[in-house]
Amino acid sequence: MRFSIYRYDPDKDEKPYMQEYDIVLEPADKMLLDALIRIKVVDDSLSLRRSCREGVCGSDGMNINGRNGLACITPISELKEPVELRPLPGLPVIRDLIVDMTQFFKQYHSIKPYLINNDPPPETERLQSPEERAELDGVYECVLCACCSTACPSFWWNPDKYVGPAALLQAYRFLADSRDQATAERLDNLEDPYRLFRCHSIMNCVDTCPKGLNPTKAINKIKGMMVKRTV
Amino acid sequence: MAITKRKFDVVIVGAGGAGMRAALQLSEAGFKVTVLSKVFPTRSHTVAAQGGIAASLGNVTEDNWHWHMYDTVKGSDYLGDQDAIEFMCRQASEVVYELEHFGMPFDRLENGKIYQRPFGGQSQNFGGAQATRSCAAADRTGHALLHTLYQRNVRANTQFFIEWMGLDLIRDEQGAVLGVTALEMETGEVMALQARAVLLATGGGGRVFQASTNAFINTGDGLGMAARSGIPLEDMEFWQFHPTGVYGAGVLISEAVRGEGGYLLNKDGERFMERYAPNARDLASRDVVSRALTMEIKEGRGCGNNADHLMLKLNHLDANIINMRLPGIREIAIKFAQVDPIKEPIPVVPTAHYMMGGIPTNLYGQVVVPYKTGPEEVVQGLYAVGECACISVHGANRLGTNSLLDILVFGRAAGSQIIEDLKKISHHKQLPTSATDKSLARLARLDSQKDGESVAQVADVLRKTMQAHCGVFRFADMLKEGVTKISKLVEQADHTEIRDKSRVFNTARVEALELTNLAEVALATMVSAEARKESRGAHARDDFSIRDDDKWLKHTLYFSEGRRLDYKPVRLKPLTVESFPPKARTY
Repeated sequence: MRFSIYRYDPDKDEKPYMQEYDIVLEPADKMLLDALIRIKVVDDSLSLRRSCREGVCGSDGMNINGRNGLACITPISELKEPVELRPLPGLPVIRDLIVDMTQFFKQYHSIKPYLINNDPPPETERLQSPEERAELDGVYECVLCACCSTACPSFWWNPDKYVGPAALLQAYRFLADSRDQATAERLDNLEDPYRLFRCHSIMNCVDTCPKGLNPTKAINKIKGMMVKRTV
Repeated sequence: MAITKRKFDVVIVGAGGAGMRAALQLSEAGFKVTVLSKVFPTRSHTVAAQGGIAASLGNVTEDNWHWHMYDTVKGSDYLGDQDAIEFMCRQASEVVYELEHFGMPFDRLENGKIYQRPFGGQSQNFGGAQATRSCAAADRTGHALLHTLYQRNVRANTQFFIEWMGLDLIRDEQGAVLGVTALEMETGEVMALQARAVLLATGGGGRVFQASTNAFINTGDGLGMAARSGIPLEDMEFWQFHPTGVYGAGVLISEAVRGEGGYLLNKDGERFMERYAPNARDLASRDVVSRALTMEIKEGRGCGNNADHLMLKLNHLDANIINMRLPGIREIAIKFAQVDPIKEPIPVVPTAHYMMGGIPTNLYGQVVVPYKTGPEEVVQGLYAVGECACISVHGANRLGTNSLLDILVFGRAAGSQIIEDLKKISHHKQLPTSATDKSLARLARLDSQKDGESVAQVADVLRKTMQAHCGVFRFADMLKEGVTKISKLVEQADHTEIRDKSRVFNTARVEALELTNLAEVALATMVSAEARKESRGAHARDDFSIRDDDKWLKHTLYFSEGRRLDYKPVRLKPLTVESFPPKARTY
């Protein structure tokens, strides 16, 4: 199978280049990550992040034939050859397929990604109805792989000012939690021409999310909450 | 070469559930803590846990911690230390409520309380009816837990060193631990991190087996660090093979599937677990179920063209239940087994899953080793929690959903113990001049090695050897041969060659270093297994097929230096209640 992979090692390369690989796969190689590991056996310098190999840790986000995805849950059989692999777009490249995710996590941290409830905790659990809990479905499952935010033109232009789809999805996760008490504070934190409102519903995030989540829907719900509190 | 030194109150190696629970305790108490992790914290392997956290909340069926304790002791095949098990089961409800207060998105019952589901080995009234004890967030409990703990650490301003790998412990002549050496992956720089306390929370080493549910990062790094610095490894012969890994891919299919009503079938469509465990059937302990699957395959009742797997059926369940309670399983089955479990059964095989053994600790997370005063003397400055530690609460076989409980209870306990101990250790001891020599020598060797072994190839042979020689059933000659083969691979792991010499994010270097840790884990396992001449929990021998409490009701201690074995007694006396004496174990 043929691959064309983005290579850049700042320790020795002046500029990035695409390297071609042609490798023979084994019948057990089902996912793109299996193929990359086979390439790494012949060329140990190819650098990428990976861990769980089942789509829950979010390490191996990359641009696969022009579309962001997780290598470990991308079936080889669905890929057109040569498979073109690049690092996630819009973030600085550290090496090969490894990007610097500092900016991405900075935005995640900026939404205060933790439950805020200042009441003294009860002796047992705080109660939450199944319906209230269902509000978190499709939201809490995010693996922070950054496939969505790095597919978003608004995030490419303003990664320092626009929170981006992944972190906004998590902002909604706490706004939607019946146990959280910081709704006003959370909305204030996003009330800004950039932080929330740079989302123009291009919906690349929805299209690209390897977990099938819908950040645009969550962003629209936040926008709705903003409107509601002004009237 | 001048080595950068940095100073902390506490260095935690590993940012999974155990490391982050301890970090939270310490950060909130105002200590200067740093948590090293090879991966961004939410990518640690805790994220892959599926089914739940055991705690006797009694939200669905009547329950109490004493019943949970009984089940855990029995599940451990009486090798678990009963003081530690009592400690864990007593605190279970408290740590689960605390996690809920941190924001954990548990599923809910109609009355608003935390949803609980039945799991294997759980009983009411000391071996009676099935209990419903596992607190769950769908089948993504580990993901929900790990993210919640990370989030809480963000709130507490915990400092993380992300994409750093711990290399070696720094000890002084008296054996006290003064810090660690570590590699910053992005720059290739090695640093000495000085600390008044070092906590190892590096997770398991399940990557020593070829068919494993474990993530790539699970290479037993903490065990390698401990073993290289003279600390023994306890009970390494006990590895849990999860009954239901996806056939071919190894990816985990949670026991929650059986908890929600799924069951196993052989090629004749028979619910064969009824023959092996007439009462608990598919919810017997994992060691029992894995042996049953292996027997079915061996006796020709496996499924498929090669009769080499079995079927996990859940398509008789309501599709809504599957979508609500087991959505991740459905996703995995569709992606990795190409079957939709709403319509068809999932092909499964027993797959290496969890390391019951590890670095010996007491129930406060302090590392304990045999010394002048007895078998359990505290090593100053060193702590271990989570899968890399052996407290031992899981003994010879862990019960499902007791591992997430373990990391919460003992992560918190270790954090609290460190806070106490640091009151007595007010200053950092001077690092010996040789502090970083060992680590730098290993890296220099890697950089200059010519005509060495291929990392990928040595690792591949190692995994295959472990799989063939130390699997679900073990045979005397295979174990003996296994010791010889793994010893040779240990040598080879010290003579690997990497072609990539870059300083920047050199993953070839990281994998070569990980291989030396895997090799330590593999050899400790093989030597310990060869020596234990009985069958207990997950260690099942063909030639010694029954448990032998007269000779073997004791913990193994393996010392890397000289490959020496020692043993220490099981703590049969609980903290407050009566001991559960060993008896025949049936389900």
